[in-house]
Amino acid sequence: MRKVLRAMAKPFTDTTGTARWMLVAGIVITAIFVICAIFAPLLAPYGFAQASAEGVRFPKAGPPSGDHLFGTDRLFFDVFSRTIWGARTAIQVVLLSILICVVVGVPLGLVSGYYGGWFDRILLLVMDALFAFPSFLLAIVFSFLLTDILGGSVLAVALSLSAIYIPQYYRVVRNTTVSAKEATYVEAARAIGASDFVIMRRYLFQNVVQSVPVIGTLNAADAILTLAGLGFLGLGIQSTDAAEWGHDLNRALEDAGSGVWWTGLYPGLAIVLLVTGLTLVGEGLNETINPTLRVRRLLPVHMPAREER
Amino acid sequence: MTRFASGSLPRYILQRVLLVLPMIWVILTLVFVVLRVAPGDPVSAALGDRLDDEALDQRREALGFNDPIVVQYWDYLVSVVRLDFGTTFSDNQDVLEVVRDNGGATLSLTLAAFVIALLVGIPLGLIAGRYRDTVPDVLIRLFGILSYAAPIFFVGYLLQAYVAGPLGLPTSGAAGVETVFYMERDGLNRTHILLIDVFLSGNSYYIEDVLKHLALPAVTLGLLICGVFIRLVRVNILQTMQSDYVEAAEARGIAPTKVTWRHAFRNALVPVITVIGLQFALLLGGAVLTETTFNWPGLGDKLVGYINERDYVAVQGIVTVFAVAVVVISVVVDIVNALIDPRVRY
Repeated sequence: MRKVLRAMAKPFTDTTGTARWMLVAGIVITAIFVICAIFAPLLAPYGFAQASAEGVRFPKAGPPSGDHLFGTDRLFFDVFSRTIWGARTAIQVVLLSILICVVVGVPLGLVSGYYGGWFDRILLLVMDALFAFPSFLLAIVFSFLLTDILGGSVLAVALSLSAIYIPQYYRVVRNTTVSAKEATYVEAARAIGASDFVIMRRYLFQNVVQSVPVIGTLNAADAILTLAGLGFLGLGIQSTDAAEWGHDLNRALEDAGSGVWWTGLYPGLAIVLLVTGLTLVGEGLNETINPTLRVRRLLPVHMPAREER
Repeated sequence: MTRFASGSLPRYILQRVLLVLPMIWVILTLVFVVLRVAPGDPVSAALGDRLDDEALDQRREALGFNDPIVVQYWDYLVSVVRLDFGTTFSDNQDVLEVVRDNGGATLSLTLAAFVIALLVGIPLGLIAGRYRDTVPDVLIRLFGILSYAAPIFFVGYLLQAYVAGPLGLPTSGAAGVETVFYMERDGLNRTHILLIDVFLSGNSYYIEDVLKHLALPAVTLGLLICGVFIRLVRVNILQTMQSDYVEAAEARGIAPTKVTWRHAFRNALVPVITVIGLQFALLLGGAVLTETTFNWPGLGDKLVGYINERDYVAVQGIVTVFAVAVVVISVVVDIVNALIDPRVRY
């Protein structure tokens, strides 16, 4: 337990100055959004698709007031509540898509790297093609298709996001597997009669899975932006199914010239903050993990006093 | 040494070009599988509410959607090789013509954004890297992160709401109605790329009008990749400043400013060229959002329109063009890179 804690604190204890400050800021921002996501029903005064309270209709595009901190939009919805509920949607989608990526990408990479051969070649080609494809375009195509089948649900959007990121998980896991399977301990395991499945599960998986959290953090920021982009194009989640910042901004665009600033500003700021938080965490981790960027602390060198002859 | 010895430039180029063909084939297959094997057929998806069953079936037959899927796949590959991407359902246009008429606008927008990103990103990255962990560094890095973290349509929204008015800049379209009308009437649309055509016409009123329309969309899209350049240049500077040859230069007593300019900065900028190629994919995705935000008459705007019309043929055609463009550009960048940096081809 103590070991785990120390490993978790490593990015923090290893950093100094700006790097530590940025990491802490990132963690705090991300944590605030996670809290918003978990406790959305308690924190938000109204539901995300609630247009009236106690039989009284909310004002249409009403400015911020005591009842509605961030005002209301053209659909009579409370902007403050939708911004809070939006955190829940964003985090749900990102977590679900990372889960799908890990469940699909890691085993594919393991099997592909371990067995090699034509299966490996073909899969590698497909994944490289997916990776070369403009990722946002890929997300558009997939969500175009999936919203037809599944409707504008969280699952449909999470699946479209996974299509973009699976190649990255696959690639990293496959390459680590290719080098790890040559190790002596794998050879030893094979010599004592371990089956392929056991070698992959007990020996390779442990080594390979370590890089997954780093890819996950880095992709999470990008995933939030892609989700919002899809929502903005009307391809993601619909207003009445869940609160989604990108979709809200799309509806706010027509307000831009008319002095109604509160419908666009708050969902937009929410995206900027959450993505900034996640990026700061990612950058902070990167600066500690990537040895070429690390500033080594210079220890004073004490030379023994020169002996007088 | 033979002409095609491993590591020679012609051999590298040949290898790289040959590798592209299977890549494009895989991408075409992916596009086909995703869009064609989808449940329901494209004809009823696009026109189902407008035509009766018999007319729908006629359209299906004429377009070959009643053929076995393998035959359809083969026909698709053959037609792409012939550069025939079919005719759109919703407005009955040749996809290639749509690409020609709107591709120019997308190209002008992405190039302008690139120029802005390089002009802003490289100097800021150099400063941040050189003065690591000082106040300017922290501010520049925050700016870089924020410019990446802010979604394009949010930046566009803010510019429309707060900047367009005071500066008198238009927020919609690529040119005023008059410019478009007179350019067409006088036969001045020679290249179908408005930005080039107005300069060819030499009319300062048109030029000013087009540049004004370009300003906000280009800044919006430029900011997106500007952050990427800042980050990249900064990291490269950090790495080169720690390298042995910089230390050697310092040890020889060369002035610090000279070491920074002549030794560190130059070498730190080489990887930027590689990354420019990779950014093109990001830029095209961003272009889709920028065009929608500013009603910019480019391919991305068209794509979104066709998606809302459920026009599978148009979506398939435009996506294919985008994908092939990205792959081809990545090859060109690789080759340019090999010409500049001999280490790449070994």
